[in-house]
Amino acid sequence: MNTVRNILAIAGKEMRSYFASPIAYIIIGLFALLFGWFFYVYLHVFVEQSQRMSMMGGGNVNVNEQMIRGVLQNAAVIILFVMPMITMRTYSEEKRSGTIELLLTSPLTDFEIIVGKFLGAMGLFCAMLVVTMIDVAILFRLGNPEWRPIAAGYLGLLLMGGCFISVGLLISSLTKNQIVAGFMTFAVFLMLWVINWLADSSGPTGQAILSFLSITDHFDDFTKGIIDTKHLAYYLSFITFGLFLTAKSVDSERWRG
Amino acid sequence: MIEVQHVTKRYGRVTAVDDVSFRVERGEILGFLGPNGAGKTTTMRILTGYMPATEGRATVAGFDIFTNPIEAKRRTGYLPETPPLYPDMTVREYLDFVARIKGVPASERKQRVTSVMERTRVADMADRHCAKLSKGYRQRVGLGQALIHNPDVLILDEPTAGLDPKQIIETRALIRSLAGDHTIVLSTHILPEVAQTCQRVVIINRGRVVAVDTPDNLTTRLKGAETMYVQVDAGADQPGPTLAQIPGVTRVSAADGPSGGGFEVESDRGTDVRREIARAVVNRGWGLLELRPMRMSLEEIFLQVTTDETPQAAGELAGVAAAAQDASGSVEGQHQ
Repeated sequence: MNTVRNILAIAGKEMRSYFASPIAYIIIGLFALLFGWFFYVYLHVFVEQSQRMSMMGGGNVNVNEQMIRGVLQNAAVIILFVMPMITMRTYSEEKRSGTIELLLTSPLTDFEIIVGKFLGAMGLFCAMLVVTMIDVAILFRLGNPEWRPIAAGYLGLLLMGGCFISVGLLISSLTKNQIVAGFMTFAVFLMLWVINWLADSSGPTGQAILSFLSITDHFDDFTKGIIDTKHLAYYLSFITFGLFLTAKSVDSERWRG
Repeated sequence: MIEVQHVTKRYGRVTAVDDVSFRVERGEILGFLGPNGAGKTTTMRILTGYMPATEGRATVAGFDIFTNPIEAKRRTGYLPETPPLYPDMTVREYLDFVARIKGVPASERKQRVTSVMERTRVADMADRHCAKLSKGYRQRVGLGQALIHNPDVLILDEPTAGLDPKQIIETRALIRSLAGDHTIVLSTHILPEVAQTCQRVVIINRGRVVAVDTPDNLTTRLKGAETMYVQVDAGADQPGPTLAQIPGVTRVSAADGPSGGGFEVESDRGTDVRREIARAVVNRGWGLLELRPMRMSLEEIFLQVTTDETPQAAGELAGVAAAAQDASGSVEGQHQ
């Protein structure tokens, strides 16, 4: 009961500080713009394609398979760029301004603070995703897509975003400097993204390991509308592990002083 | 209310706090006096659970800060050196947030925020963002933050730093009015502050406690005694008892360890025992290597221990430092 109240207090504070500054509006706005652009491009291609198909007489085009999937994959790339800007300040800023002393001397556990911060960042991320649903709503109005694969795709984005946030929190807890935190987070995200590029040429074991580590390989099934427990387990344990390491990092900071 | 036992804190090879012990009774105001870098902030950070000690234990309001930190923190209000304000919150929002994380029930929160804002005189800035506050207001909002959950124990790290003289007087009055209901530990490097607000003083230098007493006692102890440093080459004899027998001498303690031959000789104020000491030493056939008043080294200590506020304060300060010095000297003497 207390735990939930404390977590919500921290999450609320995080959300408020995002929305009290221009950060939230700029991130949400630009994300919506880029998402909309990709959406428009894919829609355009899709419309041309389906016209060509119908002129050639028949053939089946699937809006989910040929359009949504591409949009979601591109959205994931934008998130890769945007997320460091959301997470880089979470701990760095508190350390720099000294407010970390307030949090660490209040009757809160490290767990409550970290989960609160995680949920705060997730809140902003959800707001980003909600705004993009305008585009999807237009699609539903004009066409007849299947909602399940779209929902699965959004779930995938949410989970992948959660992984990024947990890594971002960890890195932010390591430094006072926001720029360092932001750039390191970006580099780590990118590494997690491209780690499977060598998979094909690294032998059967290497391939299995590399593509298992890759954050994108797990995302792929979600864009196809498949919710596989294997991927759920990967994302959820990734998030848990990231938050666990953040807790250890905050605790060790305490001992080092 | 607060008990600190043999607390030591090391950062790598640097020892910031070295075997510090003291107690604070319920309702008391304890002043923590020492120069910058003496270990005041580190001790306070240990007491508030911000960082653990390397060795030793501390209890706050009956709860061990290492084994039961949540309960101890629930009963502690802490004003760090820089008030921990969130620049993008208004004063009201900020105090409400702090009340939340300190566990003030929702039904009382609004009323607590209002009363704390009145008590610390920041109500006129309630809807101003913290980023736009002047230094004096920041400090007061910081103090309000520490009071918001009506804690048993208040730990204030230099509560008057950066305030103008009028605000300093008001803040000291506020702190005094809080004693009784709250147990207060405050740190400062300004001596008059201690004399005006605190009932007891812990003087800390280079991580060690060098004196614990009331401000009055510390001053009296200095004024009531004159201290000489005497170094004697007595061969195999023990000069201590001989020196103690000189009329007017009230206390003799070894200053340089057992083999050093140095002694601190205290006498009643106003009596100069230098001639008698010299005569006694010569009569016994010993060599008198050094005989000087402790003044000089006291001034050195004073410079190490504190920074001055006014010339008059500096005089008082030298007094306390002297008392501190003699207290530590005699403790060492007893150990030997």
